[in-house]
Amino acid sequence: MNAKNEILGRIRRALADVPKLSPEEDVPVDWVHGQPLDTADILADLVEKIEDYKATVVQVGADEVAQAITDGLKAMGSQQAVLPDGLERDWVAAVEHAGVRVHRDEPPLSHTELNGIDTVVTTCAVAMADSGTIALDHGPGQGRRALTLLPDRHLVVVRADQVVSDVPEGLSRLAEAVADRRPITWISGGSATSDIELSRVEGVHGPRTLYVILAR
Amino acid sequence: MTTQRLTPAPPEGAWLGIPPFPKAVKTELENSTQRKNLRHATGTIRAKRAVRASEVHNWEELRTAGEQIKNRVGRHLDHYLEQAEAAMTAAGVHVHWARDGKEANEIVTRIAKEKAVDEVVKIKSMVTQETDLNEHLERNGIAAWETDLAELIVQLGHDLPSHILVPAIHRNRSEVRDIFTAEMGQYGKAAPEGISDDPPELTAAARAHLREKFLRAKMAVSGGNFIVAETGTLVIVESEGNGRMCLTLPETLVSVVGIEKIVPTFQDLEVFLKLLPRSSTGERMNPYTSMWTGVREGDGPQELHVVLVDNGRTDVLADPQGRAALRCIRCSACLNICPVYERAGGHAYGSPYPGPIGAILNPQLRGITSKVDQALPFASTLCGACNEVCPVRIPFTDILVQQRHRVATKKTSKHPTIEQGLMKAAGWVMGDGKHLASVQQGSKLAGRVFGKKWIGPMPVPLVDRWTQARDVEPPPTETFRDWWKRERGDR
Repeated sequence: MNAKNEILGRIRRALADVPKLSPEEDVPVDWVHGQPLDTADILADLVEKIEDYKATVVQVGADEVAQAITDGLKAMGSQQAVLPDGLERDWVAAVEHAGVRVHRDEPPLSHTELNGIDTVVTTCAVAMADSGTIALDHGPGQGRRALTLLPDRHLVVVRADQVVSDVPEGLSRLAEAVADRRPITWISGGSATSDIELSRVEGVHGPRTLYVILAR
Repeated sequence: MTTQRLTPAPPEGAWLGIPPFPKAVKTELENSTQRKNLRHATGTIRAKRAVRASEVHNWEELRTAGEQIKNRVGRHLDHYLEQAEAAMTAAGVHVHWARDGKEANEIVTRIAKEKAVDEVVKIKSMVTQETDLNEHLERNGIAAWETDLAELIVQLGHDLPSHILVPAIHRNRSEVRDIFTAEMGQYGKAAPEGISDDPPELTAAARAHLREKFLRAKMAVSGGNFIVAETGTLVIVESEGNGRMCLTLPETLVSVVGIEKIVPTFQDLEVFLKLLPRSSTGERMNPYTSMWTGVREGDGPQELHVVLVDNGRTDVLADPQGRAALRCIRCSACLNICPVYERAGGHAYGSPYPGPIGAILNPQLRGITSKVDQALPFASTLCGACNEVCPVRIPFTDILVQQRHRVATKKTSKHPTIEQGLMKAAGWVMGDGKHLASVQQGSKLAGRVFGKKWIGPMPVPLVDRWTQARDVEPPPTETFRDWWKRERGDR
C-alpha cells in the first residue's frame, strides 16, 4: 500500500469513535469570523502599534505623499532604490528628486543585484491596526517577494482606506488574493530576534529599517 | 578513520545519549549558568505573554475557537488532508506522504539529489528535529544549514535545542560569543575579530554569516505552521526574515509538515494568527508571516514540495483523550510557565519537545517502550499552570494523569511492585470502616512503642526513601474514633 493510503487508513481506524457527521455538525465552532474591533481611532491605533515595533510612521495628506517619499529616503540616507511596477508616476519622480538612483525590476534583477540596492519603495494591500501589521499581496506597486526582502530599508505607503481594525478583517480583504494564488507577506515592524537572552534586537535578515507613510 | 563532516557535529549520541528524566535532571540542575539563564528568560517571556493576552478582550472565546477548530480538524483529518492535497496539487505543489521520520528524510534527500545540491538552507522546524533530518542529509553528503539565529547557535555549538521557540534559551550572550568566535569561520564567514557579547553585534555577525548562504542556496527546507485545506495555502510565522529568505530565494522549496497542521479555511487563520504570537513571543504579531499558495511564476521557488508526515501522529489520534495534544500549535507558553521546565531545562526531556507538551506528546508519539518515554508523564507537579496558558486549551494535567496510568499499567502488567502491593493493602483498609478500625488498633500500639519521639532515618527498604530526608511524627496513641467516643459518646 502506498504511504498516502496507509496514513489515511490509520486515521480512519484511529477515528472509529467519531460519529459519521459532517465536520461542521460534529464540532460546532462558537466564533463569528471577520468581526471588527470597536477601536475609536483606527489610524491612531495603527500608528501606535507600528511605532511600538520601533519603526517610523509619518502621517501626511493624500497629496503630500510624493514629498514624504523624498523626505523619507533622505532621512534614511538611501543611495539606490528598487521600484516595482505600478507605483504612481509622481512617486517615481519623488525618488529621483531625493537624489536616489532608481532601479526597475525589468528585466528581473538578480539576487546579488538586489542585495546591493539599499532601499525598496512599495504600496501595500491592507494594514491591520490592532497588531500593527502591514500586508503585501505582491500585486501592482508591491513587486515580487525578493524586492521587499533583500534591500535593507523598506519604505511603504499605506492609504487610510486600506487600514482595518484587526486581523479578522484583514484576512477578509486578502481572500481574493489567496483565491488568485498570490503570495502574501505580513510585516509587523522590521525584522527582529529575541534569541539571545530574549533581549529584542531589531534588524536581522529582512529589511532592518521599516519606514511607513500613512496617507490620510 | 574519521571522515570530515560538512556541518558541526551534534553531541555524542544526540537525544539518545540522554538518560531518563529523573537521572538527566540531576545533571542539568547542577548547571547553575543554565538555571540562571532559564530563570531570566522564562520570567521575561511569561510576563510579556500575560500582558499581550490581557489586551485581547475576548481572549477566552478566542482560545475556545482555537480548541474547536483544531478538534474539528483532528476528528475529520482524513477529509481535510485529502482536501488540502487536492488544493495544493491544483496549485502546482508536489505532495508527498511519509509514514515515519525515516520516510520523510528519504523523500527530502531524494529531492536534494535530483536537484544535485550539496547543501540546503533550513528554516527552524520542529518536525525535522523530530525526524533528525540534518544528520540524515549529512550522511548523504548534503550540508543542512540552520538559519534561525537560535538554531544557528545550537548547531555551531555542537548542541541540542532546549526550547521549542528559543532553542538556545539555555545559553547566555558570552557563551554565544564564544561559540561564534570558535566556529563560524570553519563553516563560512567568520565572526568579526574581537566581537563583543552585545546581542546586536552577535546578531549582525549571524546576518553576515548567513547572507552568503542565502544568496547561493538552490534548495531550502522548511516546516509549516499551518496548511489551509480549502486553498492549499502554507503559512509560516517567524521573526528574523531567515524564513522569508529560504521561502523566496532558492529555486526549490521542500516543506515538511505534520499531518495535524491543517486548518479548514483561510478565514480560520484569524484565530491562530491572534493566538500564536501573543502566546509565543508575547508580541501582538510576529515580524513576518509568509503565505504561499503554489508556484507563482517569476516570484519565489519554481518547484514546491510538501511532505505530509505521520511519524506517530495517528497513534496519538487513536486515543480519544490523548488526541487533544495534536491541537498544539508549538507556541511554547506551557514551557515558559512550567516550574519544572524552568529549573530542569529542555535537554532533560530527551526530545526536541520538552516541557509539558513534551511530557504528553512524546510518550504518545514514540510509545512507552523506552525508559525515557516512560519517565516523561511523571516530569510534572500537576500544578496545571500549562492548562491555563495554552492557546488551544489542551488539558495537560488530565493527559499527564492518563499517561501515568498507561505507564504504570504497562510496567506492572508482568511484575507487580511493592508500591502496588501497598496501594492494594491501602485500598482494603480504606474500603471499609471496620478494616480501618482494626488497623488503627495496630497503629495505637506502634504509638506507644515510639512514645513522643519523632521517627528518623530507618534502615527499612522503601521506608528509608522517605525517612532519609524527612522526620515523621510518631503514630498517635489515641485514634480519632476513640477521641470522638470519649468526647461525644455515641452521638
